[in-house]
Amino acid sequence: MAHAATTAHPPTNTGISNWKLGFWTFIGSECLFFGTLISTYMVYKGKAVTGPYPSELFDVLHTTMSTTILLFSSLAMVIALHAVQHGKKSRAILFLGLVILMGGGFLYLEGESYLKYIGYGLTITSSTFGSTYFVLTGTHKLHVIIGMIWMAILALQIGRGKITARNAETVEIAGLYWHFVDIIWIVIFTLVYLIQ
Amino acid sequence: MSNEMTENLTEAGAEAPESHGNHPTVAFYIWIGVALAVLTGVEVGIFYMDAFEAFEVPLLVTLSTGKLVLVVMYFMHLKMDARVLTWLFLAGAFLAVFMVTALTILYQVLPDLGG
Amino acid sequence: MSSVGLETHTAHATSHGEETGLWSWITTVDHKRIAVMYFLTATFFFLVGGVEALLIRIQLLRPENSFITPEMYNQLFTMHGTTMIFLVAMPMAVAFFNFVVPLQIGARDVAFPRLNALSYWIFLFGGLYMNASFIFGAAPNASWTGYATLTSSTYSPGHNVDFWFIGLSILGIASLAGGVNFITTIVNMRAPGMKMMRMPLFTWMTFVTSFLLITAIPVIAVALVFLGFDRVFGTVFFDPTMGGDPVLWQHLFWIFGHPEVYILILPAFGVISDVIPTFSKKPLFGYPIVVYAGILIGFIGWGVWSHHMFTVGLGPIADSFFVAATMIIAIPTGVKIFNWIATMWGGSLRFTTAMLFSVGLVAVFTVGGLSGIMHAAAPIVLQQHDSYFVVAHFHYVIVGGAMMGLWAGLYYWFPKVTGRFLSETLGKWHFWTTMVGLNLTFFPMHFAGMFGMPRRIYTYSAELNVEIYNQLSTVGAFIFGLSALIMIYNIMKSARGGERAGANPWGAPHLEWSIPSPPHHYNFPEVPLVKSREPLWNASEREEILAVTMGEAKEEPVMPNPSYWPILLAASITLAWGLVMTGTWWIIALGALPVLFCVLMWAFEPAFPEGH
Repeated sequence: MAHAATTAHPPTNTGISNWKLGFWTFIGSECLFFGTLISTYMVYKGKAVTGPYPSELFDVLHTTMSTTILLFSSLAMVIALHAVQHGKKSRAILFLGLVILMGGGFLYLEGESYLKYIGYGLTITSSTFGSTYFVLTGTHKLHVIIGMIWMAILALQIGRGKITARNAETVEIAGLYWHFVDIIWIVIFTLVYLIQ
Repeated sequence: MSNEMTENLTEAGAEAPESHGNHPTVAFYIWIGVALAVLTGVEVGIFYMDAFEAFEVPLLVTLSTGKLVLVVMYFMHLKMDARVLTWLFLAGAFLAVFMVTALTILYQVLPDLGG
Repeated sequence: MSSVGLETHTAHATSHGEETGLWSWITTVDHKRIAVMYFLTATFFFLVGGVEALLIRIQLLRPENSFITPEMYNQLFTMHGTTMIFLVAMPMAVAFFNFVVPLQIGARDVAFPRLNALSYWIFLFGGLYMNASFIFGAAPNASWTGYATLTSSTYSPGHNVDFWFIGLSILGIASLAGGVNFITTIVNMRAPGMKMMRMPLFTWMTFVTSFLLITAIPVIAVALVFLGFDRVFGTVFFDPTMGGDPVLWQHLFWIFGHPEVYILILPAFGVISDVIPTFSKKPLFGYPIVVYAGILIGFIGWGVWSHHMFTVGLGPIADSFFVAATMIIAIPTGVKIFNWIATMWGGSLRFTTAMLFSVGLVAVFTVGGLSGIMHAAAPIVLQQHDSYFVVAHFHYVIVGGAMMGLWAGLYYWFPKVTGRFLSETLGKWHFWTTMVGLNLTFFPMHFAGMFGMPRRIYTYSAELNVEIYNQLSTVGAFIFGLSALIMIYNIMKSARGGERAGANPWGAPHLEWSIPSPPHHYNFPEVPLVKSREPLWNASEREEILAVTMGEAKEEPVMPNPSYWPILLAASITLAWGLVMTGTWWIIALGALPVLFCVLMWAFEPAFPEGH
């Protein structure tokens, strides 16, 4: 016990680190954050008084493509974490690069849709549909961008040998973030695009 | 001291931290990824096929919940992690679902019932 | 870059004893110092909010009074409510979370000490930011609930509402970070043997409150984003001319707002659940019931929000649901009241000031609880909505509940914080002036409300026949103001010259009383083993614990590094949010850069001295 009392990182009650526990708490909190955004979208769903309306704009196949890319970026993320945990440095960097690339691909395709919708006259000020759609998906994209910056920093740190199997938890937590952003998109894809 | 610690751990409903050896293999992760893609394909199929119109909403909600659960359990490895994390996530997720459902009912269902 | 920061700070962390001086307070990550700063800042805002209340009361002394203008009145009642809730009751509770929770569970600090400091600085800057609006004569003026469409740029064209939504968003970050911090601390950092069901009730209620914070704050955060987008970028979330629904704001506000009510009251419940057993010399009656009741209150608190909206016309189905849920929530609260009474029953009671405030809470809060049950019934609310009856109700629960509980905590834990007692004589003056003042202020408001006096209106006509009630309220408010001055005088006087207190001056049962008063900066020389719910009331266990907690640490424990990034990050966040007011997207984007910079510097700064 004396040892436990004098180290900076005493064993925790749950056996998991404060960081990981704190981050899951934060994810619990983020559920409510996106829950509120999604609630508002659902409240105004089908109630816009001026067009353009969702059915005129949404191209489900196009969104399916971006959705699939984001799903596979999650797969790349777990492989990257697996690589870090097993000390495979270059593989970790490769797959983190893939995560960033696929995040970028998702943003590119979604940006294309944004431009198309704006071309049809849908803006954040044009209707309740415009406001709720752009603020909900825009907040999600902001999360994707933050995630990409995070992954880039991690890749650099792995390259410099600062992150190894010993402190792979850093990557694990970033992964939790990335997967959470992914599951939010799973919900958005269904509630916004598929159930019209 | 180990006794007290163990007592404490079991009490918190937690398991000892997993050794990395128990983590799934890359092949397993790829299978999960394939499953997610297939489920997405099925969802889109349901969206396009008129035959499912009557059950479209419950079917889609179920399928996307399934995808979500797969990601949370395996990619975020809640299944293998301390149970307290599952509770933290579930509490937040439950309240979020409650909120979305309650507001959707208040705005989309009750007005049609004249209530 | 990180190594430079490390070298300069290692000296602080490993030096014996504590650094003093302004810089050490600015860079501190010590939960005990952060607690003191929280308390003092909240007390400062308590005076600010109190002066606002007194100005309101002077204006209402006579019908058709013209002491202050209607415009000023709107700013005063808005800022009074906002200040008292977000800058007084919440942070004062957080002050106690900070000081007490790590000590009660046997931890050296909270889980994330720098994040804790960040919470404090954000709270300070957010509070100052919002109050700075007075300098520009543009204090928020759309009430603390900020209902749409009153807050739209059409109906509130000035910057008043900007100060409000930006200020509240900033404060939200502090609460969110605090919630994450305390949940992690309580789940992960308990001493060996300190099972969840052995934790003192105050720690339990901190846990539940933290949970409410991390779930309720995001809702208001998003609602404020909608409001901000409506005002700044012209979105139509709450704009009825474009199909938006102003009632949605009410839903989102109260989905946050009702859990918020429990965020205010549960810490006070926690305090008195520790104080009453101590001064009754009896363990808390039905400990698990009190714990579960607290958790239940937290959860049901999520399903009652629309009882604030019975006059909106949600229809009989929705109204019935929320009536039922609201009535149900009275049950766990009532259970707690009985538990406290049963704890005192047959105990050897000592009526110290802390105990007086606790018993006072049980009595006065119950009055507010009873009018609360009245409000659960939709037909009754149709009569009382927006009247002074409601004002009476929530002041009874917040002042008579939350604040009384926190003052009980002040008298209870002050000896632990400073090593000195607060004067009991002055304390009793404080208590009795509080009791007389608050009842005289708020009880007559029930009658004024029943006679039809609306809230948030700067004056009333003589024909309403409510002048006498308002005069009583005003007299009461000044007595209550006097009680606050007595409290502050007592703190100032006793902090320097109060009677010396030992490690466990009250004979209390919990772990925070096992260490010297004031505690070492590392709290516990060695972390003790806990075997029961009342470790210090158990002779053999007490000896074992005191043997390890009362000495000096054999080797200096490794404590987290001090850091100036919390204050810098807090400042940059406040600046970035403040720039939203410009309404120019590139200025807002530029404002994000210092935040990003501080976050990165923070991330690469080692939290602990090298080698740990």
